[in-house]
Amino acid sequence: MHYFNAFWVGGAVCVIGQLLIDRTKLTPARILVCYVVSGVVLSALGLFAPLAEFAGAGATVPLIGFGNLLAEGVKTAVDEHGLIGVLTGGLSAASGGVTVALSAGFLASLIAKSRDQN
Amino acid sequence: MRTDAVKYDRMRKDASPPSPIIKDCLCAFFSGGAICLVGEILRTAFLSAGLEQKDAALLTSACLIALSALTTALGWYQKLAAHAGAGTLVPITGFANSIVSPAVEFRSEGLVPGVGAKMFIIAGPVIVYGTLASVVWGILYFLSKLWIGG
Repeated sequence: MHYFNAFWVGGAVCVIGQLLIDRTKLTPARILVCYVVSGVVLSALGLFAPLAEFAGAGATVPLIGFGNLLAEGVKTAVDEHGLIGVLTGGLSAASGGVTVALSAGFLASLIAKSRDQN
Repeated sequence: MRTDAVKYDRMRKDASPPSPIIKDCLCAFFSGGAICLVGEILRTAFLSAGLEQKDAALLTSACLIALSALTTALGWYQKLAAHAGAGTLVPITGFANSIVSPAVEFRSEGLVPGVGAKMFIIAGPVIVYGTLASVVWGILYFLSKLWIGG
């Protein structure tokens, strides 16, 4: 059942993005920024945790999950270290994903050949 | 002939083909859902292997990013994205694609000004505004704790 929930919630989150593409003039970069910031806001409002509980990867795999990671990291760091945590919490929590993505990008650029985008 | 902005907008709408919004949304739904389903399968596998929630989530992201990097390098991800639209943009695989794709494309401009700089064309703003939002939230959370005295 949790597989089904991950599928339809994840799909629904992507449909919102598709509507933004079709109905507004937002570029992909702006849409991704919207998703990350929305993830931070959802997490701050306490809405992300129940969604992730219900949908698992359906909530964490879309980029709102990245925003949640930042917001959760800051919250935990503020609990543990006070105001300093504001500076360290976010990126610390997100460091794993960012490092993997940057390394993958670098490796791919060494191995793959540039090709026609179409 | 003089055309004001409103009139021009109407002319533009009449002239451009209707965007098949329902088909687009269905494509985004099924492709995005499928990527999340793969994520959930991976996450469940890592959890049942005895990993903690956080580590399982990180490894799931890492696998999806690696998968996205591989398919981007092979040129398959772009082909899928042409049909899937937001279904391949919004998941973490889209974020990875936005890093890998310019890194490969601008390799010819060198490792520093090409690969190193251009991989942040889309990922840069995402990280910047995500971090800024988390800083704002952190300050608010800190103040709210002072206020309540928690």
